[in-house]
Amino acid sequence: MSIAVSLKKKLKYFDIDISFSCAKKNMVVMIGPSGGGKTTIIRMLAGLEKPQEGKVVSGDDVWFDSLRRINVPPQKRRLGYVFQDYNLFPHLNLYENATFAAVNKKEVDELFELFKIAHLKKRKPQMVSGGERQRCAICQALARHPRILLLDEPFSALDAITRRGLREELKNLKGKMSFPIIYVTHDIAEALYLADELLPVVEGKNDNQWLQRMMTREPSSEVALRAAREPRLTLVY
Amino acid sequence: MDYLALYVTLKLALVTTVVLMVIAAPIAYALSYYRFAGKSFLEALIYLPMALPPTVIGFYLIIIMGPKGFIGKIWQMLTGGSLLFTFIGITMASIIYSIPFAVQPMKAAFSKIDRRLLESAYVLGLSRKATFFRVIIPNSVSGIAAAAILVFLHSIGAFGVLLMVGGSIPGETKVASIAIYEAVEMMNYQAAGMIALSFIPISYAFLLLINKLDERTRT
Repeated sequence: MSIAVSLKKKLKYFDIDISFSCAKKNMVVMIGPSGGGKTTIIRMLAGLEKPQEGKVVSGDDVWFDSLRRINVPPQKRRLGYVFQDYNLFPHLNLYENATFAAVNKKEVDELFELFKIAHLKKRKPQMVSGGERQRCAICQALARHPRILLLDEPFSALDAITRRGLREELKNLKGKMSFPIIYVTHDIAEALYLADELLPVVEGKNDNQWLQRMMTREPSSEVALRAAREPRLTLVY
Repeated sequence: MDYLALYVTLKLALVTTVVLMVIAAPIAYALSYYRFAGKSFLEALIYLPMALPPTVIGFYLIIIMGPKGFIGKIWQMLTGGSLLFTFIGITMASIIYSIPFAVQPMKAAFSKIDRRLLESAYVLGLSRKATFFRVIIPNSVSGIAAAAILVFLHSIGAFGVLLMVGGSIPGETKVASIAIYEAVEMMNYQAAGMIALSFIPISYAFLLLINKLDERTRT
């Protein structure tokens, strides 16, 4: 299973016009300054927002095709989507959250063991740490047997040490999965550590020079200047 | 003591509350999650009973529910009887009279739920309807409870609307507030006092309950 995407959408300050693909077992990391359209692109993949033009094909299934007027609703796309926070339902405990859409409840136990949160099963999301919440959110997404995993800055709200740990776990996990993963971040270190393929997105478009400009700290354009004002992007820590 | 009037009052308040919860939930849902033409007009129309004098509402209800009115005619065709001066009649009146008190707190509770939570449910495969029952309702329990209590208390206190639509038929439309009024009219202060006194603990207890719910949502 792989995914092929080409999308166009007019936004208020710029237009999104991008195409990319991601093979199974691969991780594409979308990187770029915040406010550059990364989240909108992910939301269009999930079916939560409608592109004006384009095509999204997952394996043999067409999820979106503006020419054939196909737009599969998010419910039918069977994807895993983890965002910064707010993934979990506050009225359910961690276990109920993870089994919410699980194909097989037994797997959730295994996932909880794998992510080391088995002892927190009965806790409500607000009673555990941010890192534990995100682990649970990933379990929730994986338990659905997704055909693609979308991760939108899943570790950004966490402290540096927790983030580093989860990053490693995710990298280990990647080898075991059979679906494509698309990961969004504005942290270059994270991107370089995780990515099989980098997809720099600036103002809604693929800009392959952006990373180079950022790393050499050469604010050659207006866009790069703006990105440089983002919280310091550290390559080494 | 006029236990019959008290019984009619409680029955009316209970039926009104249950029916209104079912009616108000989809209205509150539409008002908090959808944008459509004429929404603000519809919303103002739903809240209108709160702003109108009860006698004005009562007057229009008599017109609509009377034998020549739109609803009165349909009722006559279906049942062969009149809607005015019946328990069903005052129940309908009470529902219309209390609808703002059901819709407003529910809408507030629904609007407070983070939209991302709903999107998360959609991505996990839940239809809009399933999301409503499995995510929205459980996360707005205190708002719904507040709505139910407000409606219950408001229906217990209804007077003008019910008197106009239902009159004062014992066991059918004579509610406690009408019984108090009639007792006072007949200078029977003892009877009026007994019924009046029975209201105080009921209303007080429910208000305490609302405060408790409010505290719980704030923490």
